Amino acid sequence: MKDIIKKMVEGFGPSGFEDSIRAAIRDEIQPLVDEIRVDAMGNLIALKKGTGHDGKKIMVAAHMDEIGAMVSYVDKKGFVRFTNLGGVVPIFEVGGRMRFENGTIGVIAMEKLEDPKKAPELEKLYVDVGATSRDDCPVNVGDVACFLQPMVELGPCLASKAMDDRVGCAIMIQALRDMKTKPAADIYFVFTTQEEVGLRGATTGAFGINPDVGIAIDVTGTGDTPEPARKMAVSIGAGPAIKIKDSGMVVTPWVKDWMIDVATAQKIPFQLEVLVGGATDAAAIQKSRAGVAAGCISIPCRYIHSPSETVSYADVLNSVKLLVGMLERPVFN
Amino acid sequence: MMLEKLSNAFGPSGCEGDVRRIVISDIKSRVDELTVDHLGNVICRMKATGRGKKPLRIMAAAHLDEVGMIITHADDDGFLHFDKIGGIDDRILPAKGVVIGAGKVPGVIIAKPVHLTSAEERGKVISHDDLVIDIGAANKDAAVKKCAPGDYATFDTRFRRFGRGLVAGKAFDDRVGCAVLIELIKRGPYPFEFCPVFTTMEEVGLRGAKVAAFKVRPDIALVLESTICEDSPKEKDRGSVTAIGKGPALSLADRGLIVNRKLVRFAARRAAALGVPCQFKQPGIGGTDGGAIHKEGEGAPTLPVSVPARYIHSPMAVISLRDFHHTIDLAEDVMRHVTLADIQP
Repeated sequence: MKDIIKKMVEGFGPSGFEDSIRAAIRDEIQPLVDEIRVDAMGNLIALKKGTGHDGKKIMVAAHMDEIGAMVSYVDKKGFVRFTNLGGVVPIFEVGGRMRFENGTIGVIAMEKLEDPKKAPELEKLYVDVGATSRDDCPVNVGDVACFLQPMVELGPCLASKAMDDRVGCAIMIQALRDMKTKPAADIYFVFTTQEEVGLRGATTGAFGINPDVGIAIDVTGTGDTPEPARKMAVSIGAGPAIKIKDSGMVVTPWVKDWMIDVATAQKIPFQLEVLVGGATDAAAIQKSRAGVAAGCISIPCRYIHSPSETVSYADVLNSVKLLVGMLERPVFN
Repeated sequence: MMLEKLSNAFGPSGCEGDVRRIVISDIKSRVDELTVDHLGNVICRMKATGRGKKPLRIMAAAHLDEVGMIITHADDDGFLHFDKIGGIDDRILPAKGVVIGAGKVPGVIIAKPVHLTSAEERGKVISHDDLVIDIGAANKDAAVKKCAPGDYATFDTRFRRFGRGLVAGKAFDDRVGCAVLIELIKRGPYPFEFCPVFTTMEEVGLRGAKVAAFKVRPDIALVLESTICEDSPKEKDRGSVTAIGKGPALSLADRGLIVNRKLVRFAARRAAALGVPCQFKQPGIGGTDGGAIHKEGEGAPTLPVSVPARYIHSPMAVISLRDFHHTIDLAEDVMRHVTLADIQP
């Protein structure tokens, strides 16, 4: 499934501007689902109908948006200032490039630092698009960009911008392809918007669907690199991480057990995840309306929110297996 | 004028009663429904003119509350200690006049005279925790007879006109939006279902707007605001958030809302068609009730349209009346012309 991962991660869709990636996903899944719609927040909601006799609804969510930038000012010399869409880390971006929606490429640079020992703030950064003045600058205030890095293979790993969370989108698409039996429950495959700015798409998506259970597919941090930011018992290559807790939720126990049972029965390697900083769409789904059972299959990912987010391909394949296994054997409390 | 009355009215977040009464008495005969909900929001409805298919429901929101203070306790010497309500820069507090509570008791936030301060002291910001309000009481008993813990306070500022077409006053954020919304009500009814909402507690976290949007469930929402304007000349070529006199400011994205791009571009095109100047608010700064409204229920495309206001969240803000009138005209025009087909993702 490397093709679909590449297509997803190299697509364009900063938070709030998911049009292009949404169209690409829609093309992939249209023949595989029974109904498809886009809601007011731009969520792509695809229904795979179940046999119908238990009347339950499962919402599976991965977010289409990626962190990015919006032009906030173009100065007299044509240099571009920007604000962040989502959690942009300045030191990851300096020296890299960004691609605007109209195809313009810019180099990300920074002003001199008052204190070179300190990491720069975002307002020290600017983008050089080769313009000489405001008049010949090809981008304007309000135009958006994503960071630019094509997917590469690092041995058994894949590195790219926007693994967070296009790898989740790819897993959902592959799961739709791999599902052979009609599930007992109605399954809503939801490709959400604006996760990186506060789980906004999942909030309205879950309200509209009103599911019995929600499962997010998203990346999580790891503790397997030299001096990691946080110690964490998750490594890439050790299988999908079944979330126990993060800063946005405590996973509904029976949802976690459902994941563990399927993984165990099908001999899919897995690890358990306690994430100290971060949250996923599952947190928004869980708090929707009067409350919804929810959990998350996490893909361990190094260097999250950098242009080279790195995952293990085997973990991705096993995540698809786990998701398909769960949807074919739905459990409701 | 209505803006003057609203600016002078007393209404920190959670204590919007005076402002609410002014608004209700002015609009109640003009709307078909008016309710005050549990959070103090004034939620109105004006039926669509004409018949036919289900009309579009447009919500327009402005917040009643302003930043202010709340009295926490009186000390033995009769001075009142306070906490801030909403975002106020501690640097602007010393030596400002305030009014406190239902009795509008006048007071002054203390300040040490320059004669007695050292250079070091003058270089430091005094935290509001170390400031107190002097109401002229000799001791604790005398103080609590006039002002009790829990009483709210606002800056004691009277609305005024100055310069060419400028006005100054307190609480322009967001009494300016309230005045715009009242005028929009007076220009109705409309061919769509119009739901004007005057919200509470915006300055402490968009609290009123969230529940109001849940109740209204609009198809589209406008947020009428006055927004940050820092257009003084700058050393660095970094632009300004908005500029005074350049027309209503349309938000593209702020800390709580990424505006539906089709809606904001539609509004900019309507401004051009109408011959009204407009500007984009510099993205990434501030937040409005739109942050709550757009993601309530199944979500609704939401656009903040703001009058640029210098020195907001202080005792004295400044707007241009031309910007104010242009904001009313543009908001009306956008509402009259927008359709769901224009803005669907």
